[in-house]
Amino acid sequence: MIKISEVFKTYDNGTKALKGVSLTIEDGEFAFIVGPSGSGKSTIIKLLAAELRPTSGKVNINGYDVGSLHQKEIPYLRRTIGVVFQDFRLIEKKTVYENVAFVMRAVGAPSRVIKKRVPYVLDLVGLLHKQRRYPTELSGGEQQRVAIARALVNNPNVIIADEPTGNLDPARSLELMMLLEKINSLGTTVVVVTHEKELVDQFAKRVIAIDGGMVISDKMGGYYESAAQTSQN
Amino acid sequence: MKAQLRRLRTNLAYFFREGFKNIFVNGFMSFAAMSVLAACILITGSFTLVAYNIGVMIEDLESQNEIAVYIDDTVPREEAIKLEYQLKKIDNVDTIEFVPKEDAFEDYLEELGDDAYIIEDLREDNPLRDGYKITMKDISLHGETVKEISDIAGVGETISRKDISDKLLQIKNVVNAISMALIALLGAVSLFIVANTVRLALFYRREEIAIMKMVGATNSFIRMPFVVEGTIIGFLSGVVSYYAQYFVYKYITDKLIAGASFIEVVPFDAFSGTLFMTVTFAGVVIGLIGSVFTIQKFMKV
Repeated sequence: MIKISEVFKTYDNGTKALKGVSLTIEDGEFAFIVGPSGSGKSTIIKLLAAELRPTSGKVNINGYDVGSLHQKEIPYLRRTIGVVFQDFRLIEKKTVYENVAFVMRAVGAPSRVIKKRVPYVLDLVGLLHKQRRYPTELSGGEQQRVAIARALVNNPNVIIADEPTGNLDPARSLELMMLLEKINSLGTTVVVVTHEKELVDQFAKRVIAIDGGMVISDKMGGYYESAAQTSQN
Repeated sequence: MKAQLRRLRTNLAYFFREGFKNIFVNGFMSFAAMSVLAACILITGSFTLVAYNIGVMIEDLESQNEIAVYIDDTVPREEAIKLEYQLKKIDNVDTIEFVPKEDAFEDYLEELGDDAYIIEDLREDNPLRDGYKITMKDISLHGETVKEISDIAGVGETISRKDISDKLLQIKNVVNAISMALIALLGAVSLFIVANTVRLALFYRREEIAIMKMVGATNSFIRMPFVVEGTIIGFLSGVVSYYAQYFVYKYITDKLIAGASFIEVVPFDAFSGTLFMTVTFAGVVIGLIGSVFTIQKFMKV
């Protein structure tokens, strides 16, 4: 579960990125976080991954309190979340299989578990037949699916996707979102940060709109709807 | 417990595999680092061996630099022999040898050689005194030791060359200071080399490190392969330098010093075991410290 209450974040240079954000995302939910660039979306992701600490307020994720977390506990928090980035961040000199297997090794999983689990998640994202390929031999959509497999492989409670479709064409974007929906239906909480209105509108999901460091709307439905609502208020 | 052991084994295998991989991934840099490191250890080792040989020679000279102790001629022979117990009680006394005046007379005759007949008549009325030849453990305490000996009742006179002791001591100190300075200097250079190699490996793998951090690998888990890399490079450098040292030493002793019979060199076999342990240990320590230090700095992100 993600529970952010009354969080302010001011950077060292004085930028006020978040000005009193509160939101709760329950286990098993699927939520979009939308908003223009500079709205504070990335700051929220960084807080959830414990890359930053809140200036005030509480950030609670999967039972970890980010504000008071000891440095040594951060890796264990991160094992409960899987992050997917716009630019995939795959390691080019490792095969698809190795890209995924290596993050299991990184948390000390035994090889026999790795050998079972990696093919399973690669199959889930539909790339088992390309496990021996290198990332550069794959299309953008396929690379992002590898990144999703990698985020999934350690069985996190939450998947956070930061502009996952930013580098993909509309058809691939839709496929990717359907894959995330499938993962969500298997029980993983999915949080997608995006500013692609069309994509958000195609899914009837919870949409949390952020602007100017504040939550300006939190509703079921499309991006436009929430944006329209806000402008009426 | 069993699962923990298995995990430890998996992790160790991983650390070593990755550590070795790092060495080959940056093959040229690793090779260069190893060569320079081995050269540093070789130079340090060579100077240490020179210092060691000088030390052995000085020790030899020290043992020849005796204190001659003469017993008062009023002290009867039995008492003179008993003085040995008192002399032995002095801490810095290493060896002690009683020289009865008859022996001293014979030595004297021998020294005179053809001119011995001059004093031959004195044999019955030997004017020499009973005495002791004493060597010291530590020649830097020459003055104190002589004083302690002189303070013993019955000791008439002591004769020794404190100036020689002082000279030897001075040489020893200079040699030691030079080898210490070299060890410190080349040690620092070696550390720098290892640090640079590991820094390069870290830089090369920064993406992987970022991803590992993101998925929750602990810092120690991320660091270990690089520490292993540095340590392996250090160890191999130590081994390489040992064999290089062997050939250098053999060459110098066989070709250069063999002609100079007055210089006696300690044979390689006499210290080969200790040397091997020392250089490999030094390599491992340098590799370990160099890599740990670099990673500590790098990981503070």
